[in-house]
Amino acid sequence: MRIRTWIVRIWPLVPILAALLFTIGLLVLFGADPVEVFQAMWQGAFGTQDKTLSVVAFTIPLLLSSLGLLLTFTAGLWNIGIEGQIVMGAVAASWVALFMDATSPVLIAVEVILAMLAGALWAGVAGILKTRGGVHEIFGGLALNSLAIIFTNYLISGPWQPPEGGSFFGTVPFREISQLSRFADSRFAPFSLLVAMVALVMVFVALRGTTWGLKLKALGQNPRSAFLLGVSSERETILAMMFCGALAGLAGAVRVLSWYDNLKQNISGGIGYLALLVVMLAAYRTLWVPLIAFFFSAVLNGAITLQLRTQLHSSLGGILTGVMVLFVLLFGSSKALGIGKSSEDEALEPDTSEIES
Amino acid sequence: MKNNLLVIFLALALLLVACQPAAPAESATEDPGAEMEPLTFGMVLVGPKNDRGWSQAHYEGGLFVENNLEGATMVVFESLNPGDKPEATLEGVVDDMVSQGASLVITTSDAFEEDTVGVAEKYPDVIFINSSGDDVLVGGAPTNLGNIMGQMVKMKYIAGCAAALATESGQIGYLGPLINTETRREASAAYLGARYCYENYQGNDPAELDFTVTWIGFWFNIPGVTLDPTEVVTSFFDSGADVVMSGIDTPEAIDGTGQRASRGDTVWASPYGHIDGCDNSPNVCLGSAFFNWGPAYLGTAQSVSDSSWTQAWDWNLPNWDDLTDLSTTAVGWNNGPGLTADMQANLDDFISKLASGELNLWTGPINLQDGSEYVADGEVATDNEIWYLPQLLEGMEGPSE
Repeated sequence: MRIRTWIVRIWPLVPILAALLFTIGLLVLFGADPVEVFQAMWQGAFGTQDKTLSVVAFTIPLLLSSLGLLLTFTAGLWNIGIEGQIVMGAVAASWVALFMDATSPVLIAVEVILAMLAGALWAGVAGILKTRGGVHEIFGGLALNSLAIIFTNYLISGPWQPPEGGSFFGTVPFREISQLSRFADSRFAPFSLLVAMVALVMVFVALRGTTWGLKLKALGQNPRSAFLLGVSSERETILAMMFCGALAGLAGAVRVLSWYDNLKQNISGGIGYLALLVVMLAAYRTLWVPLIAFFFSAVLNGAITLQLRTQLHSSLGGILTGVMVLFVLLFGSSKALGIGKSSEDEALEPDTSEIES
Repeated sequence: MKNNLLVIFLALALLLVACQPAAPAESATEDPGAEMEPLTFGMVLVGPKNDRGWSQAHYEGGLFVENNLEGATMVVFESLNPGDKPEATLEGVVDDMVSQGASLVITTSDAFEEDTVGVAEKYPDVIFINSSGDDVLVGGAPTNLGNIMGQMVKMKYIAGCAAALATESGQIGYLGPLINTETRREASAAYLGARYCYENYQGNDPAELDFTVTWIGFWFNIPGVTLDPTEVVTSFFDSGADVVMSGIDTPEAIDGTGQRASRGDTVWASPYGHIDGCDNSPNVCLGSAFFNWGPAYLGTAQSVSDSSWTQAWDWNLPNWDDLTDLSTTAVGWNNGPGLTADMQANLDDFISKLASGELNLWTGPINLQDGSEYVADGEVATDNEIWYLPQLLEGMEGPSE
């Protein structure tokens, strides 16, 4: 019995290890030396201080987005539109960074608030489309993602283009005072880590210890019963979406204000989709999310060095993370392997029957 | 039982990973007999190395260096852009290249211009080349940073001339990418070539030449973001044009023209970017203008390995004796099967005039699109004026910014 509990605890590690073994198999098949491959990846992720800081810096927007998705997943919502919410947050922060005159702390406060607001509103649109228009949040979200990217492209090739002419590459760099201050010439802004930690605690508490968290769970488990018990599905759906959008918008702000220093085409580059994988791989458990997000960031950053050292295709990092999630989906849940799981974990898992049926 | 097996399996897997021998520290492969230290150079591409366009041309330039400089090794990083690699940065990539021993790093897009200055300051002992950038021309660039670009404008004269020799309707469509100094300069060069040949070989009034530029918004089609190049080509033909010139990375111009021709229309296309650009539809093809980075990159690699490199902004010339000689020319023109014997004769004459210097198309009077004078009567535009052309030229249709 104790072993059973223990296995359930470490369950998210199983697909990771299975995927590692699978990838080793692939590498051998292609004639690469797996030892060399993993050494290169390790060096790429943690070989120098700069690299480690890069891994941390890339983790933060991924973590913020994943935390947001915990809320929507709990409410049984597939917030695919998170990618667009990140982009809109980045756009809002960029607007302040480009055009507002104020002292640095004021600028950063306004950037953060507007970014969260923009993300929340963009998510709210998807929520309202679902509750009022009957548009499933997956389709609404995808449309809004495209719109957000088209909007960015319009801005950077039109009204916000640099003086030397429009290109799709980006705006001029922001002034120093409107950016987050970074640690030791890296792209890591300590402030963003602080914000992410606060978000982590808030999401954890919201899901574990508040009535709102319970309502979301009820909504995710069985919307009809939830309704009969007096949970307003419209209100909670839109609120869950908007809180997720606010965190995504924050992630977008971190992207433009510390990872980059301007607004670029396709600023998120799929971090939102990656966050969906993080949360699925974490089996919807809040405390696993930071670890998995960090691990994904390390793998992707390691894959850069891997490509350069071995000249293998750089999508290997993507393959590795993708295979992990595939394994999670393949194994279904720990139950499918006959290990079972505690009722507590079950309560955290969103109701996916709608998708599966 | 099942559970225990799984635990054992996991433990074994962990052991396997953990027990791998440590990395042998930089296995030195020093050859005491070598006169020159073998060069390792980095090549950073904005797109995939097999895009049949811009990035592939740079990659092939790197392969040319590997094949012609003994011991040279290229380290490539492809698709460095926020959409494809959100986790990668130029600085991170260059850190790795330098730690692998690169003493030369070539960044092959103006999207890398700003970041290349940053890494050049970080690694003063490494030579950096930003292709198509202008930091050295502008001034103030770190002394270990150079720029390389080919004089594509010269090949655009030829492409424009071929278009003017072919057209019967007097209407030429130019499929432009996004608007910046480079693309304005190239579209305008095509117009200058077309206007000259329309007047001097065809005997027409150059004022009657209709030369329309339509910018799609990027170097290739992005559905929902750019204009659809195939539709732009169709609308050129529908509005009476019979030649379409391409300034974008992908082959919609030649493909669309081939389809028109198969329906019986007499139309031509002038593709861009690759020496074999005509292959998709040879019969309608007037010829292809292309970049060839190999010779310039080889020269740079040689001078870096014998420590004779000096900072320069190189705007490299074609080899006029053979515009398809990949071992010498920086930009090239490959005649297409669609040229008739008459057209070919006139085009060869035009090329020989350009080659001898007898003809300089940037001789004034040249006015900008808004009618203001850019090059005064009898004067010749400087490289700087051509490079930073602020608008399209008078007589061209289409937006300047």
